[in-house]
Amino acid sequence: MDHILSLLVFFPALAGMLGFIVKKENIKVYGITVAAIEFILSLILWLVFDPANGGFQFVEFIPLIPDYGINYYVGVDGIALFIIILSTFITLIGLISLNIEKNLKNMIISLLFLEMTMVGVFVALDAVVFYIFWELSLVPMLYIIGYWGGELRVYAAIKFFLYTFFGSLIMLVGMLFLAYLYYVATGTISFAIPDWHRLILPYNYQIWLFLAFFLGMAIKVPMFPFHTWLPYAHGQAPTIGSVILAAVLLKMGTYGFVRFLLPIFPDASVTMIAPIAFLSIIMVIYTAMVAYAQEDMKQVIAYSSISHMGVIVLGTFAMNVEGIAGSIFLMISHGIVSGALFMLVGNIYDRRHTKLLSEFGGLAAVMPKYATIFGIVLMASVGLPLTIGFVGEFLSLMGIYKISAAYAFLGGTGIILGAAYMLRVYKLAFFGPLTNEKNRNLPDLNWKELTSLVSLVAVIVWLGVNPNPVLKPINTSVENMLHLMQKKAITKEAKEIFAHNKVKLEAK
Amino acid sequence: MEPIKVSLESLNLATLVPMLIAVGGGLTILIIDLIKESLHKSLYVMIAILFLALDFGAIIGLDMNTRGFFDVMFVDGIAYLSQIIIVVASMLFIPLALTSKRFHEFSLPEFFALFLFMVAGFQFMVATDNLILIFVGLETASLALYTLIALHNREKSFEAAIKYFTMGAVAAGFFAFGSALFYGLSGSVEIYKIAEVLAARGYEPIWVVLLATSFMIAALGFKLSMVPFHTWTPDVYEGASAALAGYMSVVPKMAGFVVAMRLFEFLIHSDITWVRDVLYLAVVVTMTFANIVALVQKDVKRMLAYSSISHAGFVMAAIMIGTTQANSGLFLYWILFLFTNLGAFTMLWISRHKSNIWHDRFDHPYEKFSGLVQIMPVAATIMAIFMLSLAGVPPFSLFWGKLYIMGAAVNSGYIVLAIIMAINSAISAYYYLKLIVYMFMREPMVDKQTIYFKNASLSLKTIVGLSATLTILSILFISPLLNYITEIVRISGF
Repeated sequence: MDHILSLLVFFPALAGMLGFIVKKENIKVYGITVAAIEFILSLILWLVFDPANGGFQFVEFIPLIPDYGINYYVGVDGIALFIIILSTFITLIGLISLNIEKNLKNMIISLLFLEMTMVGVFVALDAVVFYIFWELSLVPMLYIIGYWGGELRVYAAIKFFLYTFFGSLIMLVGMLFLAYLYYVATGTISFAIPDWHRLILPYNYQIWLFLAFFLGMAIKVPMFPFHTWLPYAHGQAPTIGSVILAAVLLKMGTYGFVRFLLPIFPDASVTMIAPIAFLSIIMVIYTAMVAYAQEDMKQVIAYSSISHMGVIVLGTFAMNVEGIAGSIFLMISHGIVSGALFMLVGNIYDRRHTKLLSEFGGLAAVMPKYATIFGIVLMASVGLPLTIGFVGEFLSLMGIYKISAAYAFLGGTGIILGAAYMLRVYKLAFFGPLTNEKNRNLPDLNWKELTSLVSLVAVIVWLGVNPNPVLKPINTSVENMLHLMQKKAITKEAKEIFAHNKVKLEAK
Repeated sequence: MEPIKVSLESLNLATLVPMLIAVGGGLTILIIDLIKESLHKSLYVMIAILFLALDFGAIIGLDMNTRGFFDVMFVDGIAYLSQIIIVVASMLFIPLALTSKRFHEFSLPEFFALFLFMVAGFQFMVATDNLILIFVGLETASLALYTLIALHNREKSFEAAIKYFTMGAVAAGFFAFGSALFYGLSGSVEIYKIAEVLAARGYEPIWVVLLATSFMIAALGFKLSMVPFHTWTPDVYEGASAALAGYMSVVPKMAGFVVAMRLFEFLIHSDITWVRDVLYLAVVVTMTFANIVALVQKDVKRMLAYSSISHAGFVMAAIMIGTTQANSGLFLYWILFLFTNLGAFTMLWISRHKSNIWHDRFDHPYEKFSGLVQIMPVAATIMAIFMLSLAGVPPFSLFWGKLYIMGAAVNSGYIVLAIIMAINSAISAYYYLKLIVYMFMREPMVDKQTIYFKNASLSLKTIVGLSATLTILSILFISPLLNYITEIVRISGF
């Protein structure tokens, strides 16, 4: 079990390379098998994971460039664990529901490499290793959008790549500077994230470094005003691309917030609560309104996805256990829900080759199974209690409420608006008379689509009713992290906020 | 007058042996040609490789930090290291002559003789701190190189050779002026003495020092293709064969960097901030301008020409920063760049065909590579990896070079420079991606495999395979390589 993380990271890559040899006709079976093994591996990781331990587990350490402080250093804690499982789960589901004919082999190999980079980002404990996987994840996605996408696919793919690449290079400069500061403070250079966590930085450095890291991650999230690449990417990407992009790749940004920004720069994070909350609220409300105005079903979901990411960011910057744990839970639930929604849009697109809302209406009568599943997923997206969406949103908003009631209220309007645009989609697509003749004979979901969707729905309901198996380990790790932040805080404001948390933790 | 006695030991002829081997190799090839004419090129290639191997052996045997031949030769760590890089690069490039198609220049033994003379010239350039010997080495190498370009025997090659020649002549003039001024200031042509004398005199008269430095910056600027002295580069690369263009983008610049390092290091560490500021400006302008122009190129070879200008600017920053870490970064970067660029240019060389069926002007327009992944998936993937490496996407080799030089910049307080480097890497990603987009996301324009494979032979494929392997697996040898380089750079005091 000592090397389970390396196994998780490199198994899909190895499988991807061997996949070149597998015959074209059988590649899909191969892909699903590999993804299933990977998913089982991640479940085994959960099984052997010690939920009472808030620190990093299954740590592996191999020196790469020891003189420059770069090492292959991986480990997992409660924060990363479930995002890893989410990545392997979504990849598996995505592969099952995959129905692309064109050049399927390249697609599946790209997906397997993408899976490696996704898992790699979430297990990396060395900033350079993190950066390697972070950047490498762009390449398969570039290919997936650029080759299998819609008409403007090349433009969308390049926009996606350049935006993120630019941001991450600035983040790289920040990493180099941080490693240098570590060198100044301790005499040895190190890129290890746990080392950085222990480093107390002067406030003015914190602010600049915070901004450098924030830029890189905010583009990935994507925070307003850096969000413009996302609707293009979603609009042009094939279904599988959108599913993975929304479910996992965007989470890399918010995961980076939790892993880097908060514990390394606690004081700067506290200072930045207001501006970031401001951006997130714009993101929540503005993109929700944009989503309402969309004519294209997929664009609605793309914008709704940005809107929900806003709530995640709000929760992360609440600086307390509820908020941060809630936002991590919301990352997982948003991954599952948005993945399911993009898959559902993909299903209807495969049948009609259009995503325009005006083309549909009255589908509930023709495709009852589809309508039911869409309904459940939609409720989860809106955040109905007893679905997975509720837990995360509620906790995130509760967390931010402790910082400011106004933020929580404005963030909450996002949920109301969310209900409005999602129900509009549902109404236009599923209810009303069946006006369009082309829709009269649409086949309902086939077994392949049902398998993938039903398993997603099962998770939606299961974790909605009983979130504790997931929430507990997250809480332990988040408490650990907050404890560290409290010890590190140097400014008055930060100390106050964290002291407030501490009293509560002890009261528990 | 006292008679001067020269003992053979004090000459330390071992310092000269590597160059003599290369020159001897050239002469041997010419003699063979005298005795028996019209031999196959493979013979010459192998003889050249053998002599380069001997050359390599002689370099390995050198003692570090020794002088020789009336103290003109100077073998310190960077001379040692750069000679190794030059010889190894030459050994890797010369097999590119073994194409499956016939090219005029490779049937001439003179090509290989000139090639070896050129290598000797570059070796002289780096293994001395005497301005006159640097000049001689530079001119030997350059004259050989002009001829090599012209031997490609197409109209554009002549144009390229003449252009390079005239520009090179101007650069030589600048170099001579600069050396003369330094000699006038210090009474010496040896860089370390010039540094001592200038420091003792407090760099007075300052305007002459600055003038001499400006001439030197211009002279080396031509050789390193720094903006605004870069104008010859794309045309010359376009006119030369892809193999030679790849060679030109790596080896002459390596020699130029070493000279620049010797010459500018003491000026940068003096109190004259002007030198540092000018170099700073030159570095930023070179990176940025070359990148922006590369964005609009229609030909892959021209794009790679501008890209190598931009990379040279990036590496020049290391000289400007001037710490041991930065200077080690320079060598690391250039070794990694050697393999990646070697691979990229060899891919162009493989896809070379005699008539321009794709475009009436360019040999390698982007359209030529449309949908390559469907015709030759492995070749397209390898080419894409070279492009990603050049763009600095981890974990491919050049990322580590960039990381290390940017780290050196950050460590010496050049945060803004590091950010400019980062932004430039992002800009450059666009034109490298453009090729990837053509290869992976477009439909092929023709489906005849042979058009791409025309020029491929076993040795070319081996070289591509080698470069690809080293580019992908760079992480495995970065650490020992870096330790070795740092050690060598440190003992030579840079």
